[in-house]
Amino acid sequence: MSGADAIRSGRPQGCRPHQRYLLEPGQWRALVVALRDDRALELLSLWAEPGFVHAAFHQPNEGVLLASLAVPERSYPALSPVRAGAVRFERMVRDLWGHQAEGAVDLRPWLDHGRWGLAAPMSPRPPAVITPPPQPEFLPVEGEGVHSIPVGPIHAGVIEPGHFRFHVQGETVVRLEARLGYLHKGTLGLMLGKSPRLAARFAARLSGDSTVAHSWAFASAAENAVGLAVPARAVLLRAVAAELERLHNHLNDIGFVCNDASFAWLHARCGLLREGVLRAAAQGFGHRLMMDLVVPGGVARDLAPGGAEAIRAALATVVAELPGLVKVYDGHASLQDRVVATGHLMPELAARFAVGGHVGRASGRGFDSRKLPGYAPYNTMAFTVPVLEAGDVDARVRIRIAEVQQSAALVESLLARLLPGEVKLDFPQAGGEGVGLVEAFRGDALHWVQLDDGGLIRAVFMRDQSWLQWPLLEAAIEGNIVADFPLCNKSFNCSYSGVDL
Amino acid sequence: MLWPSLVRALLGKPLTDPAPAIPDATVQALALRLDQAAQTRLGRSLSIREVDCGSCNGCELEVNALANPAYDMERFGLKFVASPRHADVLLVTGPLTHNMREALQRAWDCTPEPKWLVAAGDCAVDGGVFKGSYAIAGGIGEALPVDLVIPGCPPTPTQLLEGLLALLEAQAR
Ligand code: SF4
Repeated sequence: MSGADAIRSGRPQGCRPHQRYLLEPGQWRALVVALRDDRALELLSLWAEPGFVHAAFHQPNEGVLLASLAVPERSYPALSPVRAGAVRFERMVRDLWGHQAEGAVDLRPWLDHGRWGLAAPMSPRPPAVITPPPQPEFLPVEGEGVHSIPVGPIHAGVIEPGHFRFHVQGETVVRLEARLGYLHKGTLGLMLGKSPRLAARFAARLSGDSTVAHSWAFASAAENAVGLAVPARAVLLRAVAAELERLHNHLNDIGFVCNDASFAWLHARCGLLREGVLRAAAQGFGHRLMMDLVVPGGVARDLAPGGAEAIRAALATVVAELPGLVKVYDGHASLQDRVVATGHLMPELAARFAVGGHVGRASGRGFDSRKLPGYAPYNTMAFTVPVLEAGDVDARVRIRIAEVQQSAALVESLLARLLPGEVKLDFPQAGGEGVGLVEAFRGDALHWVQLDDGGLIRAVFMRDQSWLQWPLLEAAIEGNIVADFPLCNKSFNCSYSGVDL
Repeated sequence: MLWPSLVRALLGKPLTDPAPAIPDATVQALALRLDQAAQTRLGRSLSIREVDCGSCNGCELEVNALANPAYDMERFGLKFVASPRHADVLLVTGPLTHNMREALQRAWDCTPEPKWLVAAGDCAVDGGVFKGSYAIAGGIGEALPVDLVIPGCPPTPTQLLEGLLALLEAQAR
């Protein structure tokens, strides 16, 4: 039996547009067995609510499928032995809801550092905890001359906090282990019992650099739940904002990768181009990062007068200057020496973790949710998804360069298609369950929401792409020198806040 | 080739914005907080250590933008340093998660006197939208004495610059 058939043997629960199937314990075990042989079915996410665990899968060329299991005893057969990507989700599910994954590969805590004063805060009655926080445990490393370098949670640069434990032999990294969770703000808990309109500001703040994409994914999940169709102008404006967000982040990261190789000039130029995009966004949408712009039902503000011209002008500058910058990037051996063959991510691993975005596309996995399953307005637009096989820092930079050019072209045609019209509908007070899948600059963002009959949030989960990318960063750095870690890290640029929830 | 670009940059107009105006009331309030000895010791420059205590990373994006050529913070004597031991200012963002509290305290303890603490962003002021969560203290002021708050979600680079320049100005008086 294929994995997808195993899921479809369950009872459909009416989730839109991707069906969720409730499996009996025997069916869930059959799914785990099927996943062992069926390598095609990709795990996208795993989460929970009191009494249930849920998993989202992607069957290439078929679409997204959700599977659930009731867990009255608060335990379920683990997926991590057959899907490596499940490891951190299982640790998070245990920390937040208290559901144990039986037979899990890794039982250590993840988000829970023992400092909340309670355990399983998302469970109905979280027990108080008064014991002092335990020391974190790291995976053991053996070998002659191996020593460890602990880094963080506070890093040297202006970046988010997280702890990295490098085990090195001489200069070479033999293992990197990240310990995250420092940014855990209890975001999911704050969303419960609120209307989608009120909860949208938490989705907008899951990861600030992807605020548009996450707001959109959340809005789309809520709209799918109640069957609300958004006005055409709002759909186009959402896409304009999402492409501007992709652009400014890619420009930022291209610059930072060069900076980490001490090539400050490219960093400065990219920084200026990005600043131009942010200022245009502020002029068009009233906020540099376009936070709280996308709301369930449409967009909060229409494009300001003169906004389209400002955006066009900023993008024209980007498009004009980029080829010259790429020439400088190509023409300097000192820079190429640092990025080519550094931080290599094998295509097999990218496929096994179903990783998306520039990380996946630089390692041969061409998945782009704008294409497949596809959503408006992208399903009526022509664009190609760049894919490379090299899998190194250089390939990830080149994917980003290609995407900058493409996003600029997309914005141009989106603006050309704008017709006057309303941009926001009232959000109905109705129940339902929906999924939203939106391509952020890092890759697909997957949101799931369940509304009760009064239209308030009963259960919700927001999965940033970084869940799948963080473990691969650990794989990509293996065998590289410690000094190349910043380059690898920036070429991925995983979100900390996005996974710390 | 890089050198034609460098020549163009040398002969062209500056890309950097003019300095923002500094609110006088803020400067006076800050000057009162700093004693004479500290003023002479800090001089007219500030080394800044940024500490993210639960931000959504929106604040970090704007703090980082201060270093781009449009804002060019170094022209004012403001620079980011890698360690709190080298810092005059801790620039703290986020609602102060319980998981970051100990790290922030340690960073503050190893920042040498005289030192400032700046809370940047609505989250850092009082928890912002995350107010009431089990996982946060609800603002940096819950753990440490804050000298200056820069509200905004996130504060723009211009607002951040105004705040930091007010600190510099307060030292000079
Ligand atoms: S103030 Fe706003 S931008 Fe800054 S960390 Fe908080 S939510 Fe993010």
